[in-house]
Amino acid sequence: MIEAIHVYKEFNGKTVLNDISFVFEQGKTNLIIGQSGSGKTVLMKCLVGLFPVDSGQVVFNGRVFSEISYGEKKKIRQEIGMLFQGGALFDSLSVEENVMFPLSMFTKQTLEENRERANFCLKRVNLENVNKLYPSEISGGMKKRVAIARAISLNPKYLFCDEPNSGLDPTTSIVIDNLISEITQEYQITTIVNTHDMNSVIEIGDKIAFIYKGQLWWQGDKHDILHTDNKEINDFVYATELTRRLKGK
Amino acid sequence: MKIITPLGQYLLLMRLVFKKPENPRIYFKRIIQEIDSLGIDSLGIVAIISIFIGAVLTIQMAFNIDSPLIPIYTIGFATRKSVILEFSPTIVSLILAGKVGSQIASEIGTMRVTEQIDALEIMGVNPPSYLIFPKIIAAMIINPILILVSMILALFGGWLSGELTGLLTSSTYVLGIRFAFKGFDIVYALVKTVVFAFLITSISGYFGYYTSGGALEVGRSSTKAVVNSSIMILLFNLILTQLLLA
Repeated sequence: MIEAIHVYKEFNGKTVLNDISFVFEQGKTNLIIGQSGSGKTVLMKCLVGLFPVDSGQVVFNGRVFSEISYGEKKKIRQEIGMLFQGGALFDSLSVEENVMFPLSMFTKQTLEENRERANFCLKRVNLENVNKLYPSEISGGMKKRVAIARAISLNPKYLFCDEPNSGLDPTTSIVIDNLISEITQEYQITTIVNTHDMNSVIEIGDKIAFIYKGQLWWQGDKHDILHTDNKEINDFVYATELTRRLKGK
Repeated sequence: MKIITPLGQYLLLMRLVFKKPENPRIYFKRIIQEIDSLGIDSLGIVAIISIFIGAVLTIQMAFNIDSPLIPIYTIGFATRKSVILEFSPTIVSLILAGKVGSQIASEIGTMRVTEQIDALEIMGVNPPSYLIFPKIIAAMIINPILILVSMILALFGGWLSGELTGLLTSSTYVLGIRFAFKGFDIVYALVKTVVFAFLITSISGYFGYYTSGGALEVGRSSTKAVVNSSIMILLFNLILTQLLLA
């Protein structure tokens, strides 16, 4: 479980996050949604510790991130897996080496054991026969899957996904969404997904935080979001002609 | 403020670079890889430049020493002094600042803009140490070897041009390069090289690490890395020469 407690963040005097409090639950896919520029990426970076919060707290299972030592922060980070928007795979390493990287860095396992674990993770994300390829030689969807395999290689307690569907076609997006949801339930991890893709919201939104102008505007789940009276939420959910038509029916 | 802020940022970065590595075995492997990438790959350019500069130095010396009072072996002597004291350690380091410096800044800068550095940080890896430390150590090991090779090849180039142009005989040239030889000249050159290797890799690493934006900024960081490391090489050349030879 991760708790954001009265999180406040500003850049050059401009408030980006204003008093955000939210509980991201274990074993659930927690979504942060909102329009571009609403502050959801900043919130995710604050949660993961890439941006320090100006005030408030981020608590990882009772451990307050801003109050612990550098060594303890590193330990928490080893419990985190993250899927970046572009995958952030290491260009100079092959697919297999990318997945093995956290294992060789933080475990005392042999090369063979690491390779076995990497192959297991790659199989888990339905990737085979790509081990020796480099990131530049695989498609966007495959990159995302390799990034998920790398993120789960150390059995993380927390999984962060920053816009996992950006740049993907609808079919591949659903594959990635389902994979994230399955892994969350299978390993009982706390997953936080930052997205503005409504398909993802409806597919995997166990718990949703809607951020509007830096504030937590609404919270609920994938069922509630379709029936709320909140104007901003409705403007967001029914922004496209397709969703408006579906609502009409 | 324009100088103090980046200087402070650079020093803080160096503090992170020299923190205890997470996994010394991985760092050792990376140092070996960097020795190959930064050093062995630069051997070709260093060899070509050294041979030609040595050849040109000998011809220039020969044309400038036209007094009958100055013995002809002085050409070899002056070539050796120029090569060991200045050309090989300083000029070759400046060339390496261009080649290696831009390579480091663009590599790390690209990693920054494609979130690869963020990925390292979130994994619990210390990115400055993982990315910059092996490059610094590798350059400090391999650059002195490159400079020794450069010295040998520059003196060979000098001999070759003397022979081919008929300006001086082999025996006279060899007499000149052996005349009044001081071993400390080599020590001075190698000390300078090690310091320059540190400056090139750490400054380029700094500019790469603090790249923000996109492809355009990666190019800018690369240029800044080359310009700033070249200036620092010239400044430290002056300081070290004053300290070691004065």
